[in-house]
Amino acid sequence: MAAIDGPKGTASSGAGLLAGLLGVGVLLTIFMASRTHDPRFMVHAYIFMAAFTLALAVLVIGISADRFVQSEDKYEDGVIRAGVIASLFWGVVGMLVGLVIASQLSWPNLFYFPEFGWLNFGRLRPLHTSGVIFAFGGNVLIATSFYVVQRTCKARLAGGIAPWVVFWGYQLFIVLAATGYLMGVTQSREYAEPEWYVDIWLTVVWVTYLLVFLGTIWKRKEPHIYVANWFYLAFIVTVAMLHIVNNLAVPVSPLSSHSYSLFSGVQDALVQWWYGHNAVGFFLTAGFLAIMYYFIPKRAERPVYSYRLSIVHFWALIFIYIWAGPHHLHYTALPQWAQTLGMTFSIMLWMPSWGGMINGLMTLSGAWDKLRTDAVMRMLIASLAFYGMSTFEGPVMSVRAVNALSHYTDWTIGHVHSGALGWVGFVSFGAIYCLVPWLWKRPRLYSDRLVEWHFWIATIGILLYIAAMWVSGIMEGLMWREYTSEGFLAYSFVQTVEAKHVANMIRALGGLLYLSGTLIMVYNVWRTIRGDVAALEKNAVLVQPAASGPAPKGAAVAAE
Amino acid sequence: MWKHHQKLERHSLLLVIVILVVVAIGGLVEISPLFYLESTIEKVDGIRPYTPLELAGRDIYVREGCYVCHSQMIRPLRDEVERYGHYSLAAESMYDHPFQWGSKRTGPDLARVGGKYSDGWQVDHLTNPRAVVPESVMPPYAFLAKKDLDYRDIADKLRAQRAVGVPYGDAMIAKAATDLETQADPFASGGTALKKRYGPKVNQRDFDGQPDRISDMDALIAYLQMLGTTVDFTTYKADAGENLR
Repeated sequence: MAAIDGPKGTASSGAGLLAGLLGVGVLLTIFMASRTHDPRFMVHAYIFMAAFTLALAVLVIGISADRFVQSEDKYEDGVIRAGVIASLFWGVVGMLVGLVIASQLSWPNLFYFPEFGWLNFGRLRPLHTSGVIFAFGGNVLIATSFYVVQRTCKARLAGGIAPWVVFWGYQLFIVLAATGYLMGVTQSREYAEPEWYVDIWLTVVWVTYLLVFLGTIWKRKEPHIYVANWFYLAFIVTVAMLHIVNNLAVPVSPLSSHSYSLFSGVQDALVQWWYGHNAVGFFLTAGFLAIMYYFIPKRAERPVYSYRLSIVHFWALIFIYIWAGPHHLHYTALPQWAQTLGMTFSIMLWMPSWGGMINGLMTLSGAWDKLRTDAVMRMLIASLAFYGMSTFEGPVMSVRAVNALSHYTDWTIGHVHSGALGWVGFVSFGAIYCLVPWLWKRPRLYSDRLVEWHFWIATIGILLYIAAMWVSGIMEGLMWREYTSEGFLAYSFVQTVEAKHVANMIRALGGLLYLSGTLIMVYNVWRTIRGDVAALEKNAVLVQPAASGPAPKGAAVAAE
Repeated sequence: MWKHHQKLERHSLLLVIVILVVVAIGGLVEISPLFYLESTIEKVDGIRPYTPLELAGRDIYVREGCYVCHSQMIRPLRDEVERYGHYSLAAESMYDHPFQWGSKRTGPDLARVGGKYSDGWQVDHLTNPRAVVPESVMPPYAFLAKKDLDYRDIADKLRAQRAVGVPYGDAMIAKAATDLETQADPFASGGTALKKRYGPKVNQRDFDGQPDRISDMDALIAYLQMLGTTVDFTTYKADAGENLR
C-alpha cells in the first residue's frame, strides 16, 4: 500500500467547523422566518432551517461516533453512488414534468386546473427545464466528475466530508428552486430562474465543488492532468463566472423573495443570453464532453483517438462558445454588429464541436464490433451522433436569414431536444450504465436486454419528438409570414396554434416513450444494485468483461 | 508547440487561469460596449417608469411565467410589423429590470398589446381563455381576480428599482401605495397627482370589474394595457438622423 498523505484528523475537525456554521445558519433562518411578511420567503426560510437542522443532527451524531475519520487509501465512492441515485430520481421527475406540460399544450381542457394556478404551464416549464438540466444533468456531472477525477489522478477526493456538502448542498438548491417555481418565485431569466438567496446558496456550493475538484487534482499521483479533467474544470469555472454575472440583482428587501436585475433592456438581454447560450456550451457540452472523454475510451478499451485534436478542439470550443450568445437576439433591438459577431462565431463553432464528435467516434477504431454487441456502447456512440447533428443544426439556425424563420417557433424546441435527449441524455445513461456495476461491485448489469429496450424505445421517442417539432416549427414560421394575393396576412395567430395540434400530440407521445425508456433503466439499475441477474441471461456470455471497469482498488492501483 | 501545452497539463492553477482568460474575452468584447453606445442607451420621448400598479402587475406577469410563451420584441420584418405594430425600440425596455423580450411565441407577441382589447375582454380571456378563443392552449388565470393584491412592499419595490437605475423620485416612492390605489379607482381624488408624476397617458380605472377590491387581476391588466403605448409613433421619426445610429 502506498501511503497517501494527509492527517487523519482533518475530516473530523472540518466536520466540527461545519457543525458550527450550520448552527449559525439555523439561528439565522429562524430569525428570517419570524421577521418576514413574504409568505413565499417564509416557506424557503423554513426549508433552509429544516435542512440545516437535519444536517447538524447528522453531523453531531457522526462526530460523537467518530465516523468521519476516513482512510486515505480508498476512493470516496459513497457520494458517487448517492449521485447516481439522485440523477435517476431527478431525471424521472424532470421528464415527467416535461410530459405533463407537453400534454397541457395538446389537451388544455384536460391538463389545466383553474383552481390550481401553480400547475399552470408558466410555472411548470421552468420546473421541467431546471429539473432535467440542473437536477438530472447537474447530478450526473457532479457524480461522474468525482469518479473521473479520482481515477485519473489516483487520489481520494479532497476535503474530507466536503464532497458530501457539495452533494447535499446541491440537492437543497434543487428543492429550493423547484418549490420556488411552483410558488411563483422566479427572476424570469431562462435557465437561471431561482431568486437571489438561492443564487447565493448555489454560489457557496459551487465554490466548494471547485475546491474539492481542484484539491483532488493537487493530490494527484499522475504528472499530467487527463483531458476529461480539462473539460470538467472549464465547465466548473465558466459556470461560476456566468452564474455570478447573470444573477447580479438588488433584492426588494433582505426579507423578500423578489429582486430586480442590475441590468435592464438590451444590456440585460445580452447578459442573459451570454449566460443562456453558455449554459448550453459549458454545462451541457463541456461537462458532458468530459464524460465522453472518460467513459467511451474506458468502455471501448481503446485510447482516445487523437491527443492533438483534443487540445485544439478544447481551446477552440471554450473560446468560441462564449461569443455565440447574440444569435438568440437576431432582428431585436440589439445592435446589428453584435448579432453579426454572434452569428459568425456560431458558424465557426461547428468545427470544434465536430472535433469532439470525431475524437469520440474514432476512439472506436478497431472496436466497431462493440456497436453490435454492446448496447451501452451503442448508446454512447448514438449520443455523439446526436451531438454532431444538433451542433450542425445550431450554426444553421444562427444564420440571420434562417433565424428570421426559426426564432420564436417550435423549431428551437426541437433543436434543443435533439441535443438534450440525444446527446446529454444518452451520454448520461451510457455513463450510468457503466458506473453502476463498477460502484456496487457487480460483475454485470441485471439485464443487457433491457438496455436494448431502453435504447430503441428512447431513440424512437427522440425521433418522433424532433420530427414533430421540425414540422410544426417550420409550418408556423411559414404561416406567420404568409400573404394572400391581395397583400394581407393569410393567417391569424390562433390559426397557427390550431395547426400545431397534431404535432403537439406526437411530441407528447415521443416524450412518453423517452420517459418509458428511463423507467426501464431505473428498474434495471435497481435490480443490478440488488445483485440480481436476469434469469434468461444468467448463462449468456458476458458482453462486457468484468475487468473492463477501472476496478476501485484504491491505493493499490495508485502504487502500480 | 505541443510540448508547450504540457505546462498547462501539469499545472492546474495555470490551466484554470488560462481557461478564465479565454472564456472572458467574448463576453467583454460583446457586452461592455452596450453600456455606452448611443443606440443602446438613447432616450425616446414618452418612455417613463412603470406606475406602482403597473410594476406590481409586471411582477405578476413574471411570477406566472408569461414570458415563457409570449415575447415582447417585435422584429423589423414586414409580417411582424403588420401583425403587431411598429418594431420594438431599445429604449422601450430601458426600465425593464429584468427584460421580458422572451424567446418563444406559443402565444402572440405582447409588446404592443396595450389598448388592443378592452379590460372586459382581458378579464374574460384570462379567466377562461377557451371561452373567448376556442383554439387557445393558454392556461386559465381565474384565481387572479379572487386574490387581493399584496402591495405592502410597493415602496420597497420602487426603492429597489431606483437602486438599479430607474429614475423614481422621492415623491413617487413616498406616494407609491396611494398612487397604486388611485390608479385602480376611477373616482379616486389623487388622479391628477398620479398623472403629474407618471404622465397624462396613465390609465386610471377599475381594470378587473370589481370596484370593491384591488386584485392581482387589476395589476396585471393595468400592466398589459400600457404595454407599447408610451412612445407616440405618429411623431417618432424612425428615419431621423438621431434614430439611425
